[in-house]
Amino acid sequence: MARYVMVIDTRRCVGCMDCVVACKTENNVPEGYNRDWITEEVRGAYPRPQLEIRSERCNHCANPPCVYCCPTGASHVHAQGGVVLVTHEKCIGCKGCLAACPYNARFIHPDGYVDKCTFCLHRVTQGLQPACVSVCPTHCMHFGDLEDPQSDVSQLLQARAHHALLPEAGCQPHVFYLT
Amino acid sequence: MPALSRRRFLKISAATVLAAGVASRVTRTFAAAAGAGAGTSGVHRIPTFCDLCFWKCGAIASVRDGRLWKIEGNPLDPLCRGRLCPRGTGGIGAYSDPDRLRTPLIRTRERGEEKWREATWDEALDYIAERMQRIKAAHGPESLALFSHGLGGTFLKHTFKAFGSPNIAAPSFAQCRGPRDVGFRLTFGEEVGSPERTDIENAQCLVLIGSHLGENMHNTQVQEFATAIGRGASLIVVDPRFSVAASKAKFYLPIKPGTDLALLLAWMHVIVTEKLYDADYVAKYGYGFEQFAASLVPSTPEWAYPQTGIDPETIRATAREMARYRPATLVHPGRHVNWNGDDAQRSRAIALLNALLGSWGREGGFYTPASMDVPDYPYPDYPKPAKPKVDNPDHRYPFAHEALTTGIRDATLTGQPYPIKGWLVYATNLLQSLPNQAETIKAIQQLDLLVVIDVIPSEIAGWADVVLPESIYLERHDELNVELFREPFVALRQPVIASPHDQKPNWWIARKLAEKLGLGAFYPWQDIEEYLAYRVKEAGLDFAVLKQNGLIRGPRQPLYFATGAPAAFGTPSGKIEFYSPQLEKAGFDPVPKYVPPVAGPPGAFRLLFGRAPVHSFSRTQSNRILSDMMRENAVWVNAGVARRLGLKSGDRVCLKNQDGVVSNRIAVKATERIRPDCVYLVHGFGHTSRGLRHAFGKGAGDAQLITRYKTDALMGGTAMNVNFVTLEPAEAV
Amino acid sequence: MPLELTTTRHNPGIDPALHVWGWEIPVYLFLGGLVAGLMIIAGVRLLLVQPRERQAMVCCTIGPLVGLTLLSLGMLALFLDLSHKLYVWRLYLTFEPTSPMSWGSWILLLVYPALLANTLTHLPETVPAAAKRFPVLVTISDFILARPRVVIGIGLGNMVLGVALGLYTGILLSALPARPLWNTAILGPLFLFSGLSTAAALLHAILVMSFKGEYRPAFADFLLSALARWSHGRAPDPSIAPLLSQADNSFLTVELGLLMLFLIGMVTSAAASQQAAALLLIGPYAAPFWVLVIGLGILTPLLLQFLELQNRIRHTLAPAVLVLVGGLALRFILVFAGQESHWLRAASLP
Repeated sequence: MARYVMVIDTRRCVGCMDCVVACKTENNVPEGYNRDWITEEVRGAYPRPQLEIRSERCNHCANPPCVYCCPTGASHVHAQGGVVLVTHEKCIGCKGCLAACPYNARFIHPDGYVDKCTFCLHRVTQGLQPACVSVCPTHCMHFGDLEDPQSDVSQLLQARAHHALLPEAGCQPHVFYLT
Repeated sequence: MPALSRRRFLKISAATVLAAGVASRVTRTFAAAAGAGAGTSGVHRIPTFCDLCFWKCGAIASVRDGRLWKIEGNPLDPLCRGRLCPRGTGGIGAYSDPDRLRTPLIRTRERGEEKWREATWDEALDYIAERMQRIKAAHGPESLALFSHGLGGTFLKHTFKAFGSPNIAAPSFAQCRGPRDVGFRLTFGEEVGSPERTDIENAQCLVLIGSHLGENMHNTQVQEFATAIGRGASLIVVDPRFSVAASKAKFYLPIKPGTDLALLLAWMHVIVTEKLYDADYVAKYGYGFEQFAASLVPSTPEWAYPQTGIDPETIRATAREMARYRPATLVHPGRHVNWNGDDAQRSRAIALLNALLGSWGREGGFYTPASMDVPDYPYPDYPKPAKPKVDNPDHRYPFAHEALTTGIRDATLTGQPYPIKGWLVYATNLLQSLPNQAETIKAIQQLDLLVVIDVIPSEIAGWADVVLPESIYLERHDELNVELFREPFVALRQPVIASPHDQKPNWWIARKLAEKLGLGAFYPWQDIEEYLAYRVKEAGLDFAVLKQNGLIRGPRQPLYFATGAPAAFGTPSGKIEFYSPQLEKAGFDPVPKYVPPVAGPPGAFRLLFGRAPVHSFSRTQSNRILSDMMRENAVWVNAGVARRLGLKSGDRVCLKNQDGVVSNRIAVKATERIRPDCVYLVHGFGHTSRGLRHAFGKGAGDAQLITRYKTDALMGGTAMNVNFVTLEPAEAV
Repeated sequence: MPLELTTTRHNPGIDPALHVWGWEIPVYLFLGGLVAGLMIIAGVRLLLVQPRERQAMVCCTIGPLVGLTLLSLGMLALFLDLSHKLYVWRLYLTFEPTSPMSWGSWILLLVYPALLANTLTHLPETVPAAAKRFPVLVTISDFILARPRVVIGIGLGNMVLGVALGLYTGILLSALPARPLWNTAILGPLFLFSGLSTAAALLHAILVMSFKGEYRPAFADFLLSALARWSHGRAPDPSIAPLLSQADNSFLTVELGLLMLFLIGMVTSAAASQQAAALLLIGPYAAPFWVLVIGLGILTPLLLQFLELQNRIRHTLAPAVLVLVGGLALRFILVFAGQESHWLRAASLP
């Protein structure tokens, strides 16, 4: 069983938003909506602040409250890689999952259903990288199988210090940030 | 003056805009209906190269079921290495931009009355040709000037030269990289070029002075920057703002704006007095080192401290850090360097620091670029202009080796040394790029003809007599891209999709205009493909392969002195001129000297500006994909200052400069990422062109507020970081 | 240490603060709780009253009848909230055991027949005119009342389903751990008892409106004259008014206790919960919370009904209206403030 993860190197990331633009065109995300986005976190005071820039998206949690709360089974964990997906034709638009996600990663598509990052599963099944990963000019984004100890992502997580977002929310997120 | 800022610069006629208006749909996605490939199914991938900025990365556009779908980097391209920047990726937004110019427009009333009518191409070009001939008859062909930015201007320049005018300029010199090029020419006899010959990829230590790589998305540089960071290269960042690059730096030097030259001199003082420089390199290639070293004696870190605000120990530590990694220490020359008026000399100091470190011609420093040999098309000889160029009379700025836009503007205003009566403006928004908009508008009022060729209704288009709508890069052929770079290549721009309306490619416009001017003989080729195929064939390359792959790479040439690149310097001495007799002869400091910046009015903040990764100049704010990334800019204010002023992030203010000019409303970004004595804006926002319906009034423009500028005495560059603003509550204005 | 958190995300309803649920969900939760209360009271009364007594009128017939209407209104509000409405039938193609909403949709499916059964049990005596026109109602009523086990079944069924429905309206929120304000199971009993108190208040109000004479509010006359035609002039037994006041005060007291426990739990929990509680206690929702929910919604009616029970004041509509307003305000405040509560929220860039 594969377990897909994303590993993002915040040291290399410059926050250029190419990932966001690529997601827009690849997945036809409507104007005014984001499946992924850039967060900048500044700590400390001038002239010695610290800045972490992160490309954020659905964390494809292993303990996904959005899936648990879905009344129709539209939100589900896909057998391939543990990717959290939404079946548009099952979604009634109750917005429970939007409220359930501590990352606010979901939104209501103008057509009514809930939409979010899919880890570009349609590309991954063709042997391609997710669109965001494939365009990143700084090569700060990595996608792969955590179950495969030889994969890029496994090696990076083994070698480098990293964190995930809001671990205290208890969702077991699977997008990791190298520091 | 304040009235000017609120002036409605442009309104394309209701007929044009409204008829063109995109039907408002609740769901607007970015897939764009295609003209050419409509009806065809499946995905077609067509290679071309990008035009969202001047880097010209190789791109592959995907057309799915006849609709433009996405654009990705061409893996064969050495510039982008298969990965575009966000602007390139968002390039389809330029195609689907509903605010695009659609048809030629002719002004029907006085300039500024914003009355237009649609015209046919024949009508518009006849109008232009007739007035060009009239100006030629009255004043000579030299009285027409062409402002042109980017590769797309090639054929218009050709038509202009055939017409007999030598006055062709771009803001990229006097408003952007000019001082850097002059500083490096004076020192090494060569420029750093574009794309810059910086070997960031292999640098062990990288020094950025005001250069905000990462926010400034020059693709290859940013990729190499990330590689260097990933490798753990030592990074020293000097900037009044805690830039993205600063956040990755080993040393961040929060310098007082305008004092960089003092820091550079102090660094060189340390390196020279502690004998940390590359003595062999300096001995072998240097000229005038003794005089140079002697002049540095007073420039101690202790002297620089009160100027720059950087403590002497940090200056010493960073100087030693640079020396530790030399020659793989790259002090980046920057790109937009018109800051304080001492810019050519400051750039020269950067060149000298690199020379001390021995990085020019060395791995991890500056490599030696090469290009493919692609012969020009054999055109007839141009007529020789009867008058010299108008922009720099009597070589007032002796080291200006390119034409000065502001020089042409001055001549237009004063009629000296001879009158300029017509402007043709291609793909450059002079009202946003030149300092002091009032001067530009006054100059425009002296003109008999103003033609603007662009893809969007920019501010300058608002003042034009004739506006010509150009096809965007995805819809046209262009001149070949034959660039001096790390490895030589030739790249092709070719149409991916048909123009949605009555837009035409620049080559067609230039060729048609030449015909109307009776200069048809200068266009022996009928079609651009014929022209391109000829040049490619003459270069010994296969045009079919070029069309197939988008580019052809040439054999790599030696990059460094050590691997065989010639260590030749185009200076008068043939060496690296630590001491410049050229400058001395022209009456300038032969070794750069520091002049403290002029302080602003009390309580005012120095206005700084820069780039965002998702926008190019003022050209992309109506691109719906890119505007979705960043719809408006915010004014960065130090968090402590903001608290003192009772402002928090998101509050709206207006900026008021020292001359009383008031900006559009703009949101505050209260942040710990900037010094308390300056504020910062991303350039290109605050559009006043009503044709840019989507971008109109979003954020504030630095161009509005740059009423003052300081001209570089060496080369005529216009320094723009010499304006000061206060923050006024938005409702009070 | 100062923290600046900015995001480029700008999804409607998500940024700068989550606000995906507007008026529809609080109204739905309020009406759901109210109906749950009506069911429980109806069930209890059904088991306690003697057949064919006027006592059944308010609690066992009018109550469930009103409940059916209110539940339908609540369901309508819920439906209006859905953004992918045409797919609503998907709820009934599956049962998702981890989803309170799935539980709720199936519970609601059972609530309708239960309420209906309760209504029909004593309908002929409450609304003789209807019984006359539709004799089948009498047949049904007779059928039920002739079988004590069916009556017990209906009574217990209404009680159990009422408790389930009431708890569900709270658990719906508490199962969303991303919003610290909601992340406590106390919301279940809290909404249940709030539902009971509003239900008792509503029934009390109905009873008060049916009082003869000068006590009756003027606007009730019109309603009652219409109703009287159907009920053949039979009025509910006013003797249960004190019972309802007493019950209501008990429910309000429990509700107040649960609310205190809820807040104590928040305030003594981790920072995210403390910040969430601060939204109610001192933040933007403090004024409506203290005034509408605690002051006017619980404490004032407690006092008024206490005085009613002491026979020191007349039974009026006032406490009932206050309890209902307080219950509605509680749902609005908790739904809105809950959405605003967060683990860590970034500010959107302009």
